[in-house]
Amino acid sequence: MYDFTYQKPASVADAVKLLGADPEAKALAGGMTLIPVLKQRLNKPSALVDLAGAGLAGISVAGGTVRIGAMTTHATVANSADVKKAIPALAKLAGGIGDKEVRHRGTIGGSLANDDPTADYPAAVLALGATVETNKRTINADDFFQGMFTTALESGELITAISFPVPEKAAYMKFPNPASRYALVGVFVAKGPAGVRVTVTGAGQNGVFRHRAMEAALQKSFSQAAIADIATPADGLNSDIHAGAEYRAHLVGVMARRAVAAAG
Amino acid sequence: MPQVALTVNGKKVTVDVEGRTLLVELLREKLGLTGTHVGCDTSQCGACVVHLDGTSVKSCTMLALQAAGRSVITIEGLAKPDGTLHPMQEMFREHHALQCGFCTPGMVMSAIDLVQSHPEGLSEQQIRHGLEGNLCRCTGYHNIVKAIAAAWPLMHGKAMPAAAE
Repeated sequence: MYDFTYQKPASVADAVKLLGADPEAKALAGGMTLIPVLKQRLNKPSALVDLAGAGLAGISVAGGTVRIGAMTTHATVANSADVKKAIPALAKLAGGIGDKEVRHRGTIGGSLANDDPTADYPAAVLALGATVETNKRTINADDFFQGMFTTALESGELITAISFPVPEKAAYMKFPNPASRYALVGVFVAKGPAGVRVTVTGAGQNGVFRHRAMEAALQKSFSQAAIADIATPADGLNSDIHAGAEYRAHLVGVMARRAVAAAG
Repeated sequence: MPQVALTVNGKKVTVDVEGRTLLVELLREKLGLTGTHVGCDTSQCGACVVHLDGTSVKSCTMLALQAAGRSVITIEGLAKPDGTLHPMQEMFREHHALQCGFCTPGMVMSAIDLVQSHPEGLSEQQIRHGLEGNLCRCTGYHNIVKAIAAAWPLMHGKAMPAAAE
């Protein structure tokens, strides 16, 4: 790692000020991706602005919405009685990220800001039609994800919280890479205020995407049978040493059917 | 040079570090606590697991400065001053849950967190899932799983609830 200055501001406003004053500074959330990236010297920030002291952790449920602070860890989401009751699929998704030590440090805000194309959370945020709150504005899930490792976040903009509308039913199924636990393919199915949505992570070359053909079929009949014959084109899906595009396309169908069955 | 003040194995320490100093480097190189190992250095193998305020974390993927003001327990902090082993260490010995021993400190720290956070009991499957972040290349895990199941009643002071088995 190249050396850097470590700063831990006590508020979002102070963090934004520090990041604004130094274009080479980077925000640090849980560090589960950023620290490995720095170890490989793939990035050389002048300063890390640790958000752990900025008061961004916590979960609240009110008026049919689950609001999760950006610095809330995956373990906290997975074990939250409130989340388990309101959106069990979201708690289950969080409990399946990485391993338990990673879940103890990794955060929802960090995961979304990084927008790894094989991360789990983007599938939930897009399928549930969640809203990403920042220090400047609120961003709809549909506008937030803009391709691999690319989001609508502007420079100096920090995620403060994510608001999930409680769905009627939802489920997430992933086929994890057996080594990394990242999603080789993950499918989130939800029926809620945002309509019926089917989102796919891990498979697309441009990150998370909505599976419109399955959404239309499930809108008519929310059943495994409704999507049994819907083929997923392999065009635009990732091919790597872990799985070819054709195999990923096949897994999308399998995971989607399992998710529909689990959602009930 | 920045300083970090924290508690390690119950002792307050203040150490000069760089921004980039990892927690595991602080433990091993500055404090001489070499029981915490660096295996993969990529947050996958779990040889570096320590407890941060009672919760298991990978100390190779955390900055020393992030631990400021926190309490860290390493493998060296488990046994009593008279040498009596922690029940988890004792069960690892009893069940021969190690061969080369490289992964053992991380395994033990991870296993203690797992048992502590499941007062309702642990099934064999839960134990195996709970070890996802710890790699062992010798044992095939079977004896590690047995040791953790055997440590549960010792740590909770009662028999493992039948439903969890």
